[in-house]
Parts: sequence; C-alpha cells; structure tokens
Amino acid sequence: MSVLLIAEHNNKELKPFTLNVINAATQIDQDTHVLLIGHNADSVAKSISEVSGVKKVIHVDSPIYENYVAENYVPVILKNAENYSHIVSAANTFGKNLMPRVAANLDTSQVSDIIKVLSADTFLRPIYAGNAFATVKTNDPKKCITVRPTSFDPAPSTGGSAEIVKGDPGEEYSLTKFVKKEEIKSDRPELGTARIVISGGRGLQSGENFKLITAVADKLNAAIGASRAAVDAGYITNDHQVGQTGKVVVPDLYIAVGISGAIQHLAGMKESKVIVAINKDGEAPIFSVADYGLEADLFEALPQFLEELNKLNTIQK
Amino acid sequence: MKILVAVKRVIDYNVQIRVKEDNSGIVTDNVKMSTNPPDDNAIEEAVKIKEAGKATEIVAITIGDDKAQETVRKALAVGADRGIHVKADGIIEPLAVSKILKAVVEKENPDLVFMGKQAIDDDCNQTGQMLAALLNWPQATFASKIDVKDKSLEVTREVDEGLETIEVNIPAIVTCDLRLNEPRYASLPNIMKAKKKPLDQMSATDLGVDTKPRIEQIKVEEPPKRKAGIKVANVAELVNKLKNEAKVI
Ligand SMILES: Cc1cc2nc3c(=O)[nH]c(=O)nc-3n(C[C@H](O)[C@H](O)[C@H](O)COP(=O)(O)OP(=O)(O)OC[C@H]3O[C@@H](n4cnc5c(N)ncnc54)[C@H](O)[C@@H]3O)c2cc1C
Ligand SMILES: Nc1ncnc2c1ncn2[C@@H]1O[C@H](COP(=O)(O)O)[C@@H](O)[C@H]1O
Repeated sequence: MSVLLIAEHNNKELKPFTLNVINAATQIDQDTHVLLIGHNADSVAKSISEVSGVKKVIHVDSPIYENYVAENYVPVILKNAENYSHIVSAANTFGKNLMPRVAANLDTSQVSDIIKVLSADTFLRPIYAGNAFATVKTNDPKKCITVRPTSFDPAPSTGGSAEIVKGDPGEEYSLTKFVKKEEIKSDRPELGTARIVISGGRGLQSGENFKLITAVADKLNAAIGASRAAVDAGYITNDHQVGQTGKVVVPDLYIAVGISGAIQHLAGMKESKVIVAINKDGEAPIFSVADYGLEADLFEALPQFLEELNKLNTIQK
Repeated sequence: MKILVAVKRVIDYNVQIRVKEDNSGIVTDNVKMSTNPPDDNAIEEAVKIKEAGKATEIVAITIGDDKAQETVRKALAVGADRGIHVKADGIIEPLAVSKILKAVVEKENPDLVFMGKQAIDDDCNQTGQMLAALLNWPQATFASKIDVKDKSLEVTREVDEGLETIEVNIPAIVTCDLRLNEPRYASLPNIMKAKKKPLDQMSATDLGVDTKPRIEQIKVEEPPKRKAGIKVANVAELVNKLKNEAKVI
C-alpha cells in the first residue's frame, strides 16, 4: 500500500496547501509519493523532495503541462496509478476539478473533502455545508480522495530527502485548450493560509467602501475575504469568497464585517479559532458563532478600530 | 444543438438541517425540498442559449425517487422542452449518477451537458467531471461565463487564484457556478403548460446501471458546537479583548 499525491504548483513554486495534503497522506500511509506534472519545474521537484514525509517524487516534464488542464493530467496519473492504493489531492479548485476525472476512469467512488483520517479506508467529511459530519468507509480497491487542506497542519517543508525520478508524459488531450488565467497578485498573505482574515459583506455597500477593510487588513497584516453577496455585487473579485462554494479558512482570527452569517458563509469560516462579528443588526446569525460580537454601524466601527489598533505599541504579525 | 441538463432535488438551501437521532443520516421527512441551486443556473443558461437561437432542444433529467420529478417539472416550467426521470431510491453516488447520465447521453446524443458544480447536500463536486471522464469529453467546471462559438465554447471558470478561461470543443460537459446568470422564476401559465410537456420515465436497471453505493456511510453526527461568545460594548473593549484575552493581535 502506498499513496500517490498530485502536487499543485505553477512550475515555479509548490502551492502551500500541498504541504497540508502531504501531512494527511502520510496519516493514510507512510509511503507517500508525490507526482509532479509540469514544465521546467525542476525547482519545484527539488522543494517537494525536501518536504518531511515524502518518500519519492515522480517528475513528469513536457511543454503540454505548461498550464494545468485536468484532461492532460489524467492520463499521466492513470499511468502511475497501478502501484498505489490511494490517490490524493487538495479539495480546492485544482483537486476538485481533477480527482473525479481520475476516479471515474478507475471506476472508483471518490471521497471528497476529508477533514480527518480515521484509518486507511475510513474518513470524516463534512456534508450539508458543514452542518453534519459523516464518517465514511470506502470499499473500492483503489481509493481516490480529496483533502480539505485547512483541516491538516502543513508538513514541514524541510527535513526530507526523497529521490526524484523522471516519469513519462501522457498523450495530449486536444479538445480542451487553456486560454488564459487572470491571477490577482497581491502582497497580502494568502486567504487560505493567513493568520488573520477580515471579510466584508453586503453591508459594505460598495467596492469603494472596501478600503475601510483594506486599511485594517494592512494594519493587521491580514488577508481579505468576502461573502458571496459582496462578490456577486461586484465589490470584490471571486477569489476572495469564503464559504460553501468559495474558500474554507481557519485563521487564528476571523473578523466578519457587514456579513449576516448565512449557513453557506459559516461553512467557510466557523472553524476559525477566534471570530469577531461587526454588524448593526443584533439578531444577525453571525453573532451565534462569534466569540466577540460588536453591534455597531461598520462605517463608524471600522475607522475607530483602526484608530485603536494604531494606539497599540505592538501588533503580532 | 441539443442540451441535456441534470437537475437534482435536494433539501432547500434555507433549511437548517437536522441529524437523525440514530445517526443514520439527515431528517428529510416534512422538510422543504427544491432544485439544487446551481442546477437552476444550468437550466437558465440552456434556456438563454436556446433563446439566442443557438440551441434547438433542452432536455432536463433527474435521478431519484418519485418526488424528484418535481425538479424536472420546474425545469420544464422555465423553458426545458422535455423531461427524463430515472427512478432510483436511496443514496445515489456521483459515480452511479454519471454512469446513468452516460447511458442517457448515448441514447439522446446531446451536444452539451450542463449541470451544477456541486450538490449542496453531499457537497461532492464530482458528477460532471466523472461524466466527462466516462465519455472522454472535455470538461469546463465552475463556469461563470459561457460564450457559444461555432464548434466550441469559451468558458470562464472560477478558480482559487481568480478567473481562468478555457476553450472546449463541442460536445462538452459544463458545470455551473451560481454567478453564471440570474435564474428566472416560472410564471403560473408556464407552470400549467409544463404539466403537458413530455416526461419519460425509466429506471437505473433499464439503463443497466448498478446504483449500489460503494461508500458505506457509517454514521452522521452533528459537528461540535462553538461555545457562545460575548457582546462587547465598543471598539476599545473589542481591541482590548483581542489583545489581552484572546491574544490574537
Ligand atoms: C448554493 C449556495 C451557495 C452559497 N455559497 C456561499 C458562499 O460560499 N459564501 C457566502 O458568503 N455565501 C454563499 N451563499 C449566499 C448566502 O446564502 C448569503 O446570501 C450570503 O452569504 C449573504 O451575504 P452577506 O452576509 O454579505 O449579505 P446579507 O445577508 O445581505 O447581510 C448583510 C449584513 O450586513 C449588515 N449591515 C448592513 N449595513 C451595515 C452597517 N452599516 N454596519 C454594520 N452592519 C451592516 C446587515 O445587518 C446584514 O446582517 C450561497 C448561497 C447558495 C444558495
Ligand atoms: N441525482 C441526480 N440527478 C440529477 N443530477 C444530479 C444528481 N446528482 C448530481 N447531479 C448533477 O451533478 C451536479 C454535481 O453534483 P455532486 O457531484 O453530487 O456535487 C449537480 O449539481 C447536478 O447537476
């Protein structure tokens, strides 16, 4: 038995969540191998080989893999699948797009979005937007699994010394073409891994008003999140959305501003260590999960918040 | 061009679900059900494409118990031309759903299959990708914009980093995000008319698909509850608590 993990990267860097998935994989089986499919990604192969817990890196290089297209990845994964009992990747838009295409090819019923490894075939996973936890056991001989990265600590990025072997590319899939990716670059911490997240909702009323959120985020070195309503209204781009159909975040501190707390939003943040809610409606459901609730108008509260933060001598980064 | 749209009947998204006392599942008796939200977007998009003169027929399909037919009727009321109900009871896993859909695709020969990106009950996010795999068709998942070209679609996908655009040849599978469009409501006259539209029925067995679950659901539990917090009187108190009590800033 051993685990084949599909790495997420951009040919230059390993995506940080891969480390969390490596940790989950080693809980399934110590013999964890990572499959890196890319182009000119030698530095990524090297950094994976140094991750603690990784036993082997299979590096497949071809210009076909310049950009990630699931249809191109799948033949490579299938070629390598034979030697493994489990195939795993992250339950983010990368792995969600990829893994079911692998699973169906192997006639396997996939287990999505696990939050705990109970044994090599039994897992805990949230259903109904996290309003219930299901314990599930898969009986398929080959198990395809996606892992909720925020439910596992990252594996240490050093301490390993796995061998790197070259793998063969698969056939190119000609019916799907990558056109472009509009990536929003920022100097802020990444939403998924930030220690502090401050999110704005419909209560912000406009994209312009999000600068009140940005100012506090700058001060706290926080990532910025948003409710679906705020994204739908065009206040902020989709990569900021937190929730059932957005990102799941588990920061030390989550500050929800002008967000009512619909179950679909809570699904993405209610595991946060400390939750703060700022809302002018004292009955808003967000207060039911908040450790500290402030019933106030955000347009007064946010500037005051910044002012109070400015008074502090030190702020943890 | 013909579009097949898969719609699932789920507990309404506004319902606060309850776990059964014996931990065998979720209470569904007397609970409001509706169409899985992004499946409404899938139907809406198909109807818009037909209205633009680029599609000739829309077939809505559901897999489930007798009541699942309501979901197809609703799709017919907003513009689908024909319905299919594949009867199957109990939990039907995405793998089985995709095998059923594959069998139907082989009979119906649609050019496109539209579905939701994720069912809000099982939160699996698998079925479209699996169907694409079984048919070896291109997959455009998490679509928030679709441009129909001559023999292809240009699709904008919502991904973690922002937006991605891909081009897929037709035939293709598209899974829809809620931001794809604004689903319309069914008017009363259209609801009446929908009752007369054809709705074929068949069973999973007729299609030769074994729907027995592969995954055992051992138990379903309530997630741990957060303990109740406090309300603070003002911003100064909030900052003080965060600094000195929670020690997070
Ligand atoms: C299938 C499905 C999936 C979904 N997925 C997600 C998801 O992933 N993420 C998500 O967030 N939502 C999701 N939603 C939407 C969700 O149901 C809610 O509609 C959404 O979260 C509401 O966003 P909101 O809280 O910003 O807006 P609202 O519910 O409108 O709340 C705005 C809040 O702001 C407060 N407010 C207004 N003005 C002020 C002020 N001046 N000062 C202080 N407070 C103020 C109000 O009191 C109110 O509580 C999903 C819905 C469906 C059907
Ligand atoms: N029983 C079903 N009947 C019809 N469509 C379904 C069914 N199950 C899943 N689907 C389709 O597949 C999508 C994704 O579902 P899932 O993979 O379960 O998250 C849904 O949005 C539907 O479009």
